[in-house]
Amino acid sequence: MSTSPDPQLSADHNERTENEIELKDVVGLSQGQIVRRRFFRHKGAMVGLGVLIAVVVLAFSSVGFGPVPGWWKYTGYETTLDVVNPGGAPTFTLPTWLGGEGFALGAHPFGQDELGRDLFARVMHGVQTSLMVMVIIGLVACGIGVLVGSLAGFFRGRLDTFLMRTTDLFITVPTIVIGAVIGKLAGQVSGVLFAVSLGIVLWTSLARLVRGEFLALREREFVDAARVAGASNRRIIFKHILPNAIGTIIVSTTLLMSSAILLETALSYLGFGIQPPTISLGQLIQMYQEAFSTRPWLFWWPGLFIVVIALTVNFIGDGLRDAFDPRQKRIPSERKMAKAREAAAKQQLAAQSEAGLA
Amino acid sequence: MLRFLTRRLLAGLATLFVALFLMYLLVAAAIDPLKDLRESTAANKDQLIAARIELLDLDTSPVIRFFQWLGDVLQGDLGVAWKTGESVSSLIGHAIISTLQLVTAATFLSLLLGITVGIVSALRQYATFDYLIIFLSFLLYSLPSFWVAVMLKQWGAIGFNDFLRDPNLAWATIAVVGIVMGLLWSLAIGGSPRRRVQVFLIAAAATTGMLAYLQLSNWWLEPKIGPILLLVIGAAVAFAIVGVFAGLQNRRALWTALTVVAIGFVLYFPMQTVFKADAFGVDGEGTFWILVGLAVVTGVIGWVVGRLYGGPDWGVSAKVGVAVALVMGALIFVDKVMQVWPPYSKALGGRPIPTFGDRTPGLGGNYWVQVLDAFTHLILPTATLVLIAFAAYTRYSRSSMLEVMNQDYIRTARAKGLPERVVVVRHGFRNTLIPLATIVPIDVITLIGGAVITEAVFARPGMGQLFVHALDAAEQDTVMAYLLITASLAIIANIVADIIYAVIDPRIRLDA
Repeated sequence: MSTSPDPQLSADHNERTENEIELKDVVGLSQGQIVRRRFFRHKGAMVGLGVLIAVVVLAFSSVGFGPVPGWWKYTGYETTLDVVNPGGAPTFTLPTWLGGEGFALGAHPFGQDELGRDLFARVMHGVQTSLMVMVIIGLVACGIGVLVGSLAGFFRGRLDTFLMRTTDLFITVPTIVIGAVIGKLAGQVSGVLFAVSLGIVLWTSLARLVRGEFLALREREFVDAARVAGASNRRIIFKHILPNAIGTIIVSTTLLMSSAILLETALSYLGFGIQPPTISLGQLIQMYQEAFSTRPWLFWWPGLFIVVIALTVNFIGDGLRDAFDPRQKRIPSERKMAKAREAAAKQQLAAQSEAGLA
Repeated sequence: MLRFLTRRLLAGLATLFVALFLMYLLVAAAIDPLKDLRESTAANKDQLIAARIELLDLDTSPVIRFFQWLGDVLQGDLGVAWKTGESVSSLIGHAIISTLQLVTAATFLSLLLGITVGIVSALRQYATFDYLIIFLSFLLYSLPSFWVAVMLKQWGAIGFNDFLRDPNLAWATIAVVGIVMGLLWSLAIGGSPRRRVQVFLIAAAATTGMLAYLQLSNWWLEPKIGPILLLVIGAAVAFAIVGVFAGLQNRRALWTALTVVAIGFVLYFPMQTVFKADAFGVDGEGTFWILVGLAVVTGVIGWVVGRLYGGPDWGVSAKVGVAVALVMGALIFVDKVMQVWPPYSKALGGRPIPTFGDRTPGLGGNYWVQVLDAFTHLILPTATLVLIAFAAYTRYSRSSMLEVMNQDYIRTARAKGLPERVVVVRHGFRNTLIPLATIVPIDVITLIGGAVITEAVFARPGMGQLFVHALDAAEQDTVMAYLLITASLAIIANIVADIIYAVIDPRIRLDA
């Protein structure tokens, strides 16, 4: 809303400065390099990616997975442990500069539940399950969505009608309701089956987006050119259209994954998701919510990890969106713009004086 | 139009049919009504199982059962919840009202907040306030609603009830809240450093002053608006509405608004007697329609005042009059509800914010007590739903407003010298609402889904709770009734979205 102090330096000039800054970034780079550069420069996404990787490493290395043992001494299933602090309160203490008694982890940094089970190990198992469900849902939904969406968008006709009617079906029932029925059906069996079935339900929004992209791209000149050159349909789809739609696909898959983790935890909370003995974060919260007033840590840690995972995935998705969007201009701050203007003016002045001297 | 409607309705019915058919099969596969019997150790186990198979007709294939169920539904029979033997229609009647209350309140509030914040955020693009809002909406988007709900229960309800035992805010707390609000306002309004400081001081002083007033007047225990505060709030609202939608230099609109406030102030006293009438007493009848009638009369008064001030653009004055009149009416209504707060709080042992249910059993009392009771039960579940819907609406309205403000007609409007207020409100804001209008009806379905979780946490006997219990108890008929109602609502919402789109955007033609 701020107007430029000098109307002579109008929008035109501003735009040129902006474009110069923008062009300096991308000159002589391939599309992939530009995207990667933009993504790596997105602070939110980078922080998100770092935190997410840390969470993944922590979850999988601490309690181990499958036959691989972890470095943490408890599995989260032992009920015969001594309760260290009264009520099983967390044993970790804050560093002295935060008002604690010096930093220490203790035997049960996240505390213990009423049976003495180690909460850290339980939360880590939950994180593993939730991450696994999230990734499987993302992969399955992305696979089906891209397949159906691209076929419908490219060939149109009957397949397209089928797709649109199917998406109509899915918007009539709230996702969580379908999820609950599916969870009731598959949740008892195994987490993987549960995730795959949720993925089979959640592909429609992605398919719609991909279809839209394909509908627009198939009319472009480069597709005509490829066809004239004798390319087969398969080649056109995979070599010419799909790479151009990859931005939309990646971004919406990321956002789908962040909503998938919330869906999974919500379903497990309602009791229609992952069943014990497999641990999920939502299930931990449901199990421990009654203890909120007496053992708040049982409630805090699983929730905190859900928020951290969903938030980081959202930030990564946002960074990817910015990186893939060709219209996206990184708008420099007012101060940077003023500096750039000043430098440009100085340069001009120097050039002028040089010309004058000559 | 008519042809479009018939076509859409027919397509909707077909979708409904297929969706229900598929869901029937899915639900039939998911539930296991024989589970408890199979695990039982009763001697006549086989007999019991056979009896139940007979009762629920489990030997028939689900496909045939679906058509039997559909036939019953078409004759108005939703079936029986077999565990309790209650008819599903009676179960669902109360649940629908409970859920509709929740979803309506949440939609309305989150729209109001979300659109306002989103638009301000868009107008201050790339400013600190904008980044703050983006981060906040990200955070809210990533919060699991059940987690928030449990926390709200602990701090919102139990914490507030504890606070009411000795309602004294520390002065330091009041000062901190004042400073934070001052900072937020100065970030939201922006401008030159001098202006920022001014805004900060005014907002901080206003917030601190208001909290101090609440504290000193014992407002927490006896909340009331009263005639004086009514006048002050009314005048502030009048200036705000005129300032945003008509411009303060439009004297006719300003006088309309102030006159309406004055009329509201005068009517405050006779209304107290009206509210004591039989219809508002214990078991009063037709109260709802009386209130609707009063609201209509209020609106008409506002319109007439605006019309009487006349002038070349009396339409603006009339609209402002209606808006201010409705706000005044709502304030008088809220004041009356607040008047029953002390006895209500006393009846509940000084812990008035409940954490579960949708009404206090056996409370009795007149209409106002009932309204207050419903309201206190709504606060927490609504807050949970609003927190999450708010994030979505802020995002939508922000991106929509940004899109609009980059259009050529905005540049034209600025170029012809219109004041910024007119550009933003008349050219920007109105066009921002077009895409929103199509999203909101569809989003209501998402909120109904969200209500499943909220109702579970707060044990609110609504549709979502009914669904969860029925799915757990393997009662196919109840689950299907829930699905029937949500799916029908979704289809209606989609048709409504199309119609709204055509009404507000003249470029869209439905019968084309």
